[in-house]
Amino acid sequence: MKLIQGPAPRRPWPLLAVGCVIALAAACSSSGTTAPEASATTAAGPASTTVEAVVTGPDTTVDAVVPPTTEPATTVAPGPNGSVTLLTYDAFVAPEALQAFTAATGISVNVALAGDTGTMVNKALLTKGNPEGDVMWGIDNTLLSRAVDDGLFEPYQPADLAAVNPELTALVPGGEVTPVDTGDVCVNYDIAWFDDNGIAPPTDLAALTSPEYNKLLVVENPATSSPGLAFLMATVAAFPSGEWESYWTNLVANGALVVDSWDAAYFNEFTAGGGGGSRPLVVSYASSPPYPMLYGDPKPAAPPTANIDTTCFRQVEFAGVLAGTKHAPAARALVDFLITDQFQSELPESNFVYPARTGVALPQVFQQYGKPAPQPFTIAPDVIAAERDGWIEQWNLIAQA
Amino acid sequence: MEPHRPGLTTRRARLPLVVGLGALPVGFVTVFFGYPLLKVVIRGAESRAWTKLLSDPSLRRIIWFTLWQAMVSAALTIAFGLGPAFVFARRSFRGRRQLLTLVTVPFVLPTVVSGVGLLALLPESLHRTVWAVLAAHVWVNLALVVRGVGAAWDRIDPDLESAAATLGASRRQTLRHVTLPLLRPAIVSAGSLVFLFCFTSFGIIRLLGGPAHRSIEVEIWRRATQSFDLPVATALSVAQLIVVLAILVRWSRSTSVAQRSGRSDAAGSTWATRLVVGVLALVVVLPIGAIVARSLHPSPGRWSLAAWRALMPSPAVSGRPAMVPHPLATLVSSMEIAATAALLAVALGTLAALAVVRARTRGRSLETGLTLPLGASAVTVGLGLIISFDRGWYDWRAAWVMIPIGQAVVAMPVVLRIVVPVIRSIPADLRHAAGVLGASPARVIVAIDLAIARRAIGAAAGFAAAISLGEFGATSLLTRTGSPTAPIAIARLLGRPSTFNLAEACALATLLAALVVIVLTIVDRWREAEHATF
Repeated sequence: MKLIQGPAPRRPWPLLAVGCVIALAAACSSSGTTAPEASATTAAGPASTTVEAVVTGPDTTVDAVVPPTTEPATTVAPGPNGSVTLLTYDAFVAPEALQAFTAATGISVNVALAGDTGTMVNKALLTKGNPEGDVMWGIDNTLLSRAVDDGLFEPYQPADLAAVNPELTALVPGGEVTPVDTGDVCVNYDIAWFDDNGIAPPTDLAALTSPEYNKLLVVENPATSSPGLAFLMATVAAFPSGEWESYWTNLVANGALVVDSWDAAYFNEFTAGGGGGSRPLVVSYASSPPYPMLYGDPKPAAPPTANIDTTCFRQVEFAGVLAGTKHAPAARALVDFLITDQFQSELPESNFVYPARTGVALPQVFQQYGKPAPQPFTIAPDVIAAERDGWIEQWNLIAQA
Repeated sequence: MEPHRPGLTTRRARLPLVVGLGALPVGFVTVFFGYPLLKVVIRGAESRAWTKLLSDPSLRRIIWFTLWQAMVSAALTIAFGLGPAFVFARRSFRGRRQLLTLVTVPFVLPTVVSGVGLLALLPESLHRTVWAVLAAHVWVNLALVVRGVGAAWDRIDPDLESAAATLGASRRQTLRHVTLPLLRPAIVSAGSLVFLFCFTSFGIIRLLGGPAHRSIEVEIWRRATQSFDLPVATALSVAQLIVVLAILVRWSRSTSVAQRSGRSDAAGSTWATRLVVGVLALVVVLPIGAIVARSLHPSPGRWSLAAWRALMPSPAVSGRPAMVPHPLATLVSSMEIAATAALLAVALGTLAALAVVRARTRGRSLETGLTLPLGASAVTVGLGLIISFDRGWYDWRAAWVMIPIGQAVVAMPVVLRIVVPVIRSIPADLRHAAGVLGASPARVIVAIDLAIARRAIGAAAGFAAAISLGEFGATSLLTRTGSPTAPIAIARLLGRPSTFNLAEACALATLLAALVVIVLTIVDRWREAEHATF
């Protein structure tokens, strides 16, 4: 005897058929689907006006092949001179200055986020020649050589390039990309923890292996994290060949903890990250201490963390016109704008990086608590490209031993 | 249990119907899963990658670790899930339905959120050990066993057990010789699902296992996105898919449903029931509570609602960088995407279920093929989508619709597993009678299949929506714009060094969890009479 669950068959269920039709329609309309974003944007309120005001839908004006039917109804209209897509990493916060660019040139800027820096560059190599944007912001010196050698960028040197720190422009003699900012990856410490425990914070890389700092440091895995890789390179640059390996052996023996990502290190393991961690030393950025001074509720009187500026590796970020762009003139105009004084001066407070342009004043809070390192470690991009995988492999052997 | 034979039609007469019903779902999976996967695998094809896969000891270690942790996770989840499954099936207690809903929350919560809760509770000495990974896998997947095996237990006729007892069998003998054999298909089915999810685990392994414990999926992600090594990444994806296919073909079948009516709860709750319910409630609720607690600590050592105020329509926080749009807007964005993904998944999944049941024995391979996306590498498929829909009118790389499409590919197999057993359980006589009375095949589908399965379909829609709300992997690769979903916004909030950001992320996570609870509560109300097995 089989009994049927549920009510007896009654009447047709037309909803499903309608659902199918709607679903199909949704699947078939191509780029004409930014409407929900636009509605979400309006719901976002005043907090989000900086980014969204300049975001437009897919580019349809300059490139007239797209049939008009696919144009989203509620998209902000591109400026009179079209729009350009700035492809960048997730953490990028568009400075308000971008609006000035649109006002001056009539070109609107669409910011497209592409994952972390590594993902962005790997995806760009996969889509080479048919890029997802016109200008890439944020490829750094640890990834640059490979991308340049692969012809990812269309060489372009802005007229005002001389205003950029010559040490940085020297990194790209071919002019494929333009240096736009720098960031220093350094060991940060929890000020209160060291005060409470009556221990002086370490003063350099070598000190981190001393028993005094046993089990106090958390670092990121260089194979999966960009600050982790930068810290590994700091040690490679700091110690002569053959000695950085033994440094790491000592560091691991001294209880240094390795985790997979910056957020895991900062929020789960660092004592000042708020996640109940137990390590008062973390690999982060020279610009991390000022962050709570600018954003947070309540804002502290002084930063809870500080930076050890003898442990820093300098990351240099570049912007470049992606090869295969259909909007080359607009893309070049945007690169010109990215190194203007106006744009560069907004970078510290929006993105916590330092301007690449010389003579741009740092905001007070950065001068006080988050200055760039006076003598950071550096490695030439081509050396990084050649040695990177080897370093990571050796590091793996040491860290997992 | 053998499926009932739907209809009395001959194989030849059935074929156009099966093709007609199956065309859309098969087309969808082919276009948005098969083709992109194939394209990226071809792009990465290099024979040296395969040589490396077979010879490199570190890769071999990764493959071995992935396999054994998934097997142990599945075994542990079953071990811990059987008690609760029995209690849910055979005992009535207060808050039964609410607890069942709560058990499911970890399954759909994004890992960035679960990780915060679990790390807060697990003792420091267990962090980054394999034990932490196993514990997290059990916590996340418990619902699969509790729901799947619980439903099967519920439909075992208690008379069988009574008969065994009357014939002199001890309780242990009854369990061993009557109950467990009857439960076997459900245990195997749930266990193989848990294995699949743990086999392709990404976030939990990264967060709780640390660098020393890498899974295949983590290694695929690392090589494809961090170190310019697409060939080895795609070789690993193919190897991973082969294992998944083997598991699906051999073990993971949706079991059939509800053969008896009514529940026959043993009256009253014993101390054992109370113990199981109490422990389960604690295990599920504590990590979620830890997340809520974090949201109330915007600066260390002080309780404050500041992070919650930041979520309010006019935030008190001045000058918060616009790295994410307003957090509430991300919830709106999540809901829009979830609704679209659920609609797609349910429409296609239901069509597929109708085709699977009508294809009878061949339906098994159709079901397996359509379930494959559940075990594929999200990173690889995501990259494949980017290089497959990249030109002219089908340049959808920045299109909003790619996100719900990507999620629907993952949610559709879930819909299929919920709906197929219900449709399969419809006696053939009903369809036959309708046919004799002159109903066309389309009319039979609407008046019989869909009418009977509509609660299951509604529940499947809810599940699909819940999965979409928590989905992170595929979404993070496809999101381009300033209006991300809540899980993406949580991850972005955790990109800046401030305890306030952590509190705000936890507040948003709490809201997301609440939203999931609401969706699942509605689902479970619909499913109460259904005993479906997913």
